[in-house]
Amino acid sequence: MSEILKIENLTVSIDDKEILKDFSLSIPKGQMHALMGRNGSGKTTLSHVLMGHPAYELTQGRIIFDGVDITNMSADERARLGLFVAFQYPAAVPGVTVANFLRTSVKAIHGEERVKKGFRASVKEKLKLLGIDESFMTRYINDGFSGGEKKRMEVLQLLMLEPKLVILDEIDSGLDIDTLKILTEAINAMKDPARTFILITHYHKMIDVFQPDQVHVLHQGELAATGDLSMAQQLDDMGYEKFYASITA
Amino acid sequence: MSKLKVMDLRKDYKYGFHDPEDYVYKSEKGLSEDVVRQISAQKDEPDWMLQQRLRALKIFREKPMPKWGNQDLLGQMDFDDIYYYIRPMEKQGKSWDEVPENIKKTFDRLGIPEAERKFLAGVTAQYESEVVYHSMREDLVEQGVIFLDMDSGLREHEEMVKKYFGSVIPARDNKFSALNTAVWSGGSFIYIPKGVNVEIPLQAYFRINAQNMGQFERTLIIADEGSSVHYIEGCTAPTYSSDSLHSAVVELIAMPTARIRYTTIQNWSNNVYNLVTKRAVAHANATVEWIDGNLGSKLTMKYPSIYLMGEGAHGEVLSIAMAGKGQHQDAGAKVIHSAPNTSSQIVSKSISKQGGRGTYRGLVKVDPEARDARVNVKCDALIIGDASRSDTYPAMEINNKTAKVEHEATVSKVEAEQLFYLQSRGLTEDEATTMIVNGFIAPFTKELPMEYAVELNRLIALEMEGSVG
Repeated sequence: MSEILKIENLTVSIDDKEILKDFSLSIPKGQMHALMGRNGSGKTTLSHVLMGHPAYELTQGRIIFDGVDITNMSADERARLGLFVAFQYPAAVPGVTVANFLRTSVKAIHGEERVKKGFRASVKEKLKLLGIDESFMTRYINDGFSGGEKKRMEVLQLLMLEPKLVILDEIDSGLDIDTLKILTEAINAMKDPARTFILITHYHKMIDVFQPDQVHVLHQGELAATGDLSMAQQLDDMGYEKFYASITA
Repeated sequence: MSKLKVMDLRKDYKYGFHDPEDYVYKSEKGLSEDVVRQISAQKDEPDWMLQQRLRALKIFREKPMPKWGNQDLLGQMDFDDIYYYIRPMEKQGKSWDEVPENIKKTFDRLGIPEAERKFLAGVTAQYESEVVYHSMREDLVEQGVIFLDMDSGLREHEEMVKKYFGSVIPARDNKFSALNTAVWSGGSFIYIPKGVNVEIPLQAYFRINAQNMGQFERTLIIADEGSSVHYIEGCTAPTYSSDSLHSAVVELIAMPTARIRYTTIQNWSNNVYNLVTKRAVAHANATVEWIDGNLGSKLTMKYPSIYLMGEGAHGEVLSIAMAGKGQHQDAGAKVIHSAPNTSSQIVSKSISKQGGRGTYRGLVKVDPEARDARVNVKCDALIIGDASRSDTYPAMEINNKTAKVEHEATVSKVEAEQLFYLQSRGLTEDEATTMIVNGFIAPFTKELPMEYAVELNRLIALEMEGSVG
């Protein structure tokens, strides 16, 4: 099975603080892998680093995506190759409408043609699927959005951009049950042999919903354990503290 | 003073071209009583206007340069190195066919005839000192609307011009209003009769072509009771290594319950000093709005003002200014509340990039007799790059306790998180920055007719190319 993502010996720091240490992970194409771990274990840093956030310093290692070394690429270059992060805390851009943004980014990633033919209909269909009113399109990007609206906005972009590698960073945080159901169904429907997912979460509930192929546990910037769904269950039963103790013992 | 200066020529400034000079009349360089007399004689003006010009010249010479603003750039100005009057053609054209080919081509490149066909009720095109083309829709003529260049206005409506010219901005108001009064040429004269609503905008376009040119148009708009008008002006100039001067005076008079909206999109080349005095008087329940967009120029000093003279009058100044490398946009607004129940709103947005400097300079004054005045001032500055600079001088003089005053000022940088977010969706750093800037000025763009909003966003995109990092 071909690997869409290979992270090799990655060491990352921000403000001289090491967040990821000699971190390696490979993910085969078409699978969904979960990344679990406590707050501060390095999960979100990893998602930012994979997307090319300029604030982080990579002191060692490299990232291979779809056979291409993307370690030194800018975020927009990576996006055009098919990487996507549904952010936990997406930035607001006042004055720029969702409609303008979607059109611009679909054009940037898929080219002019995609925004010419049937673009409006395609957006409409996705809004309906996500239970979003059409007035959403004239609002400003994440400006004054509720937690649920921000998550919907992220998933809407996911549906529109059809990336090859999707990183879902705490997509469940702050959502009510109904919204969570709508979003998880939409994401599950995106599963495809050509599309790979990384699911970042601290809750077992998400593991139940998405049934990932593998589960990885991060601890203090290192990959502490890798296993299947039963390991996620074990983690849920024991809690992080006892789990870490058991694996380091 | 060296005439040639090394400029940062905006590589994407697409209006920087110029035509060969082939003029009917060009005054000698520099300013003298003789030059003022020649201008007046060229126009065959009544004697009172000549005398007014000569008095203004005297005032100009007596008045010191402003002691505030950018002293370095003001100090570099050389009034003797300017041509004060250039007449490009013998007679104004009523159709574009009557305009000399090269001048017509220039306005074609600026998109004026096309805009006229599509969405304007009347157009004035000024080239150097004179209006070379003018037309207005027939139905407005029938309703008694007067829209002329100021020289024709003086010829055809002398009494009205005599009454109002300089009534809002007298020559001695400041050094540059004195200069304009002495050497003014062109500009618009507009009168909207009682109760007439001109629903489609009137536009004037000001083009400087010659090197070391001084353009001194003079505009006077009178909206009679219950009438309304939207006037739009655009400005461009060629890019030269020596300086040009644009120093206009614009006077607006809104009679009771009238509405005037005055929109400016100036996009000067980086060698233009733009020192303009704009002031409006709003009588009872009248509304005046200045929508003022400032791109380009070397130094702009412009503070559109509104005197709220009648009860219930309302004034708004909505402005944006973008300062790039080597540029200083010193802009703002001034509102004087002189009657009860008057209200005003000032929204100023400035963008400084590549070491450019944006200054907001504002004054809101509430007079003792202006009870229950409402004042709302919002200044936002966006700074791109560490070398860029933004300053805010918001003065308030509130002399009546019943006034409700709100003031808010923000200074922000283009945030790394915003850039990263947009880039993570495929936009390049330039595209992402442009999008953030266009979002920042959206409250301004929203107020423009659609065609101008599109054009402004495009201009901003050109300005932002390669300006990051």
